[in-house]
Amino acid sequence: MIRFIAILLLLSLPAAAADIPASERRSGYDFMSPATQEMQRDDALNPAMLWVAEGEAQWQEAPSSAAKPCAGCHGDATASMRGVAAGYPAFDERTGKAIDLQQRINACRVTHQQQPAFAAESRPLLGLAAYLGLQSRGLPVQAPDDPRLAPALQRGEKLFHTAMGQLNFSCTQCHDANWGKRLAGSPIPQAHATGYPIYRLEWQDMGSLQRRLRNCMTGVRAEPFPYGADELVQLELYLNSRSAGMTVETPAVRP
Amino acid sequence: MTALLLVAFASFASAQTLVSYTPVGDAIPNSLTGQPGDVQRGRAIVTNRQKGLCLLCHSGPFAEERFQGDLAPTLAGAGSRWTEAQLRLRIVDSRRVNADTIMPSYYRIDSLNRVGAAWQGKPVLTAAEIEDVVAFLLTLKE
Repeated sequence: MIRFIAILLLLSLPAAAADIPASERRSGYDFMSPATQEMQRDDALNPAMLWVAEGEAQWQEAPSSAAKPCAGCHGDATASMRGVAAGYPAFDERTGKAIDLQQRINACRVTHQQQPAFAAESRPLLGLAAYLGLQSRGLPVQAPDDPRLAPALQRGEKLFHTAMGQLNFSCTQCHDANWGKRLAGSPIPQAHATGYPIYRLEWQDMGSLQRRLRNCMTGVRAEPFPYGADELVQLELYLNSRSAGMTVETPAVRP
Repeated sequence: MTALLLVAFASFASAQTLVSYTPVGDAIPNSLTGQPGDVQRGRAIVTNRQKGLCLLCHSGPFAEERFQGDLAPTLAGAGSRWTEAQLRLRIVDSRRVNADTIMPSYYRIDSLNRVGAAWQGKPVLTAAEIEDVVAFLLTLKE
């Protein structure tokens, strides 16, 4: 009888999952093979470190004779940028919106260096983002704490729970309710974006969180939001709040 | 006139008006096409990861297929657990049976959100393909 009641209780639980309890949160790193983990852990093996090296060189280099390099204003990134990436997306005073780290890099480039913005997923943009991300490696992800971010955060949370595409899946159905199970042989992670930009073995390339989100949307046969869309930044913001306190791994490797 | 009719037919076909069906309880008794499906074609659809997508979530008795999913029950024995009519409804629109299931509705084009351009107005499988899959699953008696 007790068993019967227990089964009834289980059946009555909504499949639309609750949030993952803090004690059960796990990085995507934990779901990887030992070989891939080793590739991430060892900077000499991690392909993303090539992008980091390029980003570091760019930090020092003036983009034109009339413009200062990043270091000209910000100085030594290992000091001035420590922990900064862990708090992105952040509120942007100029546009009055949430912007992610790559949008911040481009805003700085356009406003202070009078240079054209880097294209989405371009090598220099990913390089700078990876170099700045590295300055937060090992630090906790910081939850968005600016009250002006609240509306964007709410929209991000709603998007995470909105079914999309011909296959009609929401993020939460896989990443909250079914993490750890296998989709065509690959474990479904919990969607903690703690290591972006990442080197993804499937891409044989570096890529941003927006690229990864667009991949998932294509996977459920939805029309992906365009690069830079507010919706993608809102999702990034929600993911950041969901992973608050977890350790930044940038630049991570993923399968 | 014939040309006009052809054009009209072509645009009708591309809009993919779905065959109407009548669920009875948790089942759809009648074939969507009025014909029985083809077992061999059904097997090919079930094991095709771009077409049937089944093995992304399910496993089944397909020794040659590596990397099967474990999000959903095995397809082995599906033909013993369900009748033909029950299988048909579970493929056509599983959410009618269980609103919380993650099983996509394979024959539905309404109430969807942001469907990609390549997929708009199209169900995951055609009526004939669904009949093929039903015919094949019925052979999986464990």
